[in-house]
Amino acid sequence: MNFILDYYNYWVVVFLMMAGFYIVISANNLVKKIVGLNVFQTSVFMLYISMGKVTGGTAPIVAEGVTQYSNPLPHVLILTAIVVGVATTAVGLALIVRIKRAYGTVEENEFENKDDAI
Amino acid sequence: MAEFIDLVLLAMLALTALRIIFLKDLFAVVMLFGIYSFLSALIFVNLDAVDVAFTEASVGAGISTVLMLGTLALTGRKEKPSTHSTLLPLFVVLVTGAALIYGTLDMPPFGDPDNPVHQHVAPRYIEESPKEVGLPNMVTSVLASYRGFDTLGETVVVFSALIGVFSLLGVRRKQKKDLDSGLESHRVLHVVAKVIIPLVILFALYVQFHGDFGPGGGFQAGVIAAAAFILYALVFGLPKAFAVVGPKFLQWMAAFGVLLYASVGLYSMYKGGHFLDYNQLAADPVAGQHYGIIIIELGVGFTVFAVMLNIFYAFGSQAERSNVQ
Repeated sequence: MNFILDYYNYWVVVFLMMAGFYIVISANNLVKKIVGLNVFQTSVFMLYISMGKVTGGTAPIVAEGVTQYSNPLPHVLILTAIVVGVATTAVGLALIVRIKRAYGTVEENEFENKDDAI
Repeated sequence: MAEFIDLVLLAMLALTALRIIFLKDLFAVVMLFGIYSFLSALIFVNLDAVDVAFTEASVGAGISTVLMLGTLALTGRKEKPSTHSTLLPLFVVLVTGAALIYGTLDMPPFGDPDNPVHQHVAPRYIEESPKEVGLPNMVTSVLASYRGFDTLGETVVVFSALIGVFSLLGVRRKQKKDLDSGLESHRVLHVVAKVIIPLVILFALYVQFHGDFGPGGGFQAGVIAAAAFILYALVFGLPKAFAVVGPKFLQWMAAFGVLLYASVGLYSMYKGGHFLDYNQLAADPVAGQHYGIIIIELGVGFTVFAVMLNIFYAFGSQAERSNVQ
């Protein structure tokens, strides 16, 4: 049981990462690919935050009577990564809107042979 | 107890991800992704990362979902059935997953205080930052002071994302007045939105200025304030939102935030310190740290607010244009 508790978080992270990866490589629709990328991205966040957790620790905000804090460094890295993530997602979605306008479709297998159409 | 909550929430997260794979209705996929973000925010709270949870809830479940829905309005909500076989992707994913699971067995056990990650740098942040920087929230101290250069880079990345979206989509500033924009006939939504929006903005200001003491800061505050204006634009229509804060003004505001941040760095160099060395800003180093952090958090807040709202404007005006045609 202890063995499972020690590694459960990491296993779920791997599962989520692979779910996101599967969506990215198998989906035809570009919007769904972006959702897959975001699922993948969140699993990486989960990995970092899991590593920063200390059993019996508390949130890294100074309080009286607390001696054990969780590691603040992964929190800082991931906090900024989330905001940068949404910014890059927005650029990806903007590209999809342009693809729709140029090719009339966002299904990958439908526009790959249309390069000479424009 | 915390372990049990962790087990249940992570299982729910895995199920949500599994459902996202098989659903063909993209509207449902995006909604599930919102749920996925909220669940991960809950897990972050459980893992003591309150600042991260705050950001994930407002960014992942809020802005990302709105932007994806805006894209769906332009591209259609149905995914066509896939033509090629799913066996090869499945095989690749299973092999990669098995290798990664094998790799996790070499990881140190979850939550052990003796893990290597807790031995370097972090003890110094935890022990010294309340004295050196003088703020109770260590995440803010590390974000704005110790790793201030890093955060400046990230603010610039957010700013350049705005440039990217604008060069791809652009915003139409002149909207026709008779355009059927917003939800004109929904009286209940109008009243509720008018009550909620001031409270949301007030909360954003609280998050901005209380970020030194509790969870929060410029990133979260910027996104929350942008969410208030997005709600306004959705309910009352883009032309009215443009009259309140226009895209041109937001462009200046986004640039101003980055410049404000960078100018703090230059000023501390002028005073004889290193770039972003807040100790030089006042006679007392701790007071200097306070000034520096408040100003750069303000810069981050300005930029994030302006960029998020302007990106929404870009998507929103695209959707309205295609509705008219």
